[in-house]
Amino acid sequence: MIISIASGKGGTGKTTVAVNLALSLQNVQILDCDVEEPNAHIFLKPKIIGEKKAVIPVPEIDEAKCDYCGKCREVCAYHAIAVVPANDGKKGSVLIFPHLCHGCGACSLLCPKGAIKEIDKEIGIIETGEKENMMFVHGRLNVGEAMSPPVIRQVKKHINLSKTVIIDAPPGTSCPVITAVKGSDFCVLVTEPTPFGLNDLILAVEVLRKIEIPFGVVINRADIGDGNVEDYCEKENIPILMKIPFSKEIAVSYSEGIPVVERDISYQDKFINLYLNICGIKNEADSCRKR
Amino acid sequence: MGKEEVAIKEGDNMKLCITSEGKTLDAKVDPRFGRCQNFIFFDTDIGNFEACENANAQFQGGAGIQSGQLVVSKGVKAVLTGNVGPNAHQVLSAAGVSVFTGVSGTVKEAVENYKNGKYKSADAPNVGSKFGMPNK
Repeated sequence: MIISIASGKGGTGKTTVAVNLALSLQNVQILDCDVEEPNAHIFLKPKIIGEKKAVIPVPEIDEAKCDYCGKCREVCAYHAIAVVPANDGKKGSVLIFPHLCHGCGACSLLCPKGAIKEIDKEIGIIETGEKENMMFVHGRLNVGEAMSPPVIRQVKKHINLSKTVIIDAPPGTSCPVITAVKGSDFCVLVTEPTPFGLNDLILAVEVLRKIEIPFGVVINRADIGDGNVEDYCEKENIPILMKIPFSKEIAVSYSEGIPVVERDISYQDKFINLYLNICGIKNEADSCRKR
Repeated sequence: MGKEEVAIKEGDNMKLCITSEGKTLDAKVDPRFGRCQNFIFFDTDIGNFEACENANAQFQGGAGIQSGQLVVSKGVKAVLTGNVGPNAHQVLSAAGVSVFTGVSGTVKEAVENYKNGKYKSADAPNVGSKFGMPNK
């Protein structure tokens, strides 16, 4: 089973939930897909055993074959190509802006002259490791690069379905989140009981309903703020899977980079309970679908 | 930033592109290049012009590149505008189009000032990427 941990709002406790859930279960693989700011390794301190470049295919023009017809520019959905035709005996040129390229391959596929080949451009790194019996994978996007989905996809290539797979997703509701969450059997939305938490939770719920992934909510710092998140979940029939208290103990262990389940073993039961809640809802959803 | 004096001789068949807020010569110069509202293509030789709405202004990314492309494909020799970013500047300079930044007032004034050699060409972009994005 693949469980992803996401949230509309940043800083709600995705990594806290992902890491502590992973440490509370057996036979787990954790993938940190927040490739712009991976931080699960700070808490897990895995032994890194493998390292691989994360790449995106970008076009390279063979000027000998190119006749500057402009087809590549026309088909580029990201406006990353300009073609300056030959003029007054001056050679033409094709300008490629790799920072805008999403690596979709349309230009090389549709070039009538076969003048475009794709070369791998390094945009980040994928590291694999382990901590005791837990498998660990994360990606890191290079500073200055804008395109995180290719790195996330390359992290997800390591998914091992013989394990319980936990994906720590990036915050937000756009392409990186969808890339991270897609294919999950269940998604945990971590939120906080504040107007900001609620606003971004509603956005994240819209995304998950659209991509049809069953989900539930974890309310972090549950004893502060207001009751609007709970009211919303009740109204929308969204299960609340767990409430994490606003506790000094959790904050202190977080600030020291120590997962709270390692500091206070009683939290393990709470995260196992979260897992059981997820399994219950997942089974119910599956049996509804079969009917 | 290097600069050069520009003098145009009478009778030079030159096509200018002026970024504009409207579609007439009385409209104000749009300070943005890639995301300007309209392009005015002005022929200095015969004195007529064509106005063209800028569809690239709506792009999430690549507006400057594709506006540069449009200007190049129109056979323009010089661009008069407020600001040009790095990507657009790269496209324009690859095609040998002169770029004049810091231009303001009406389109008509810009053309007159250009003809009188009052502008200096900019051989480097004068703003960063995304400068012309709305809400900036």
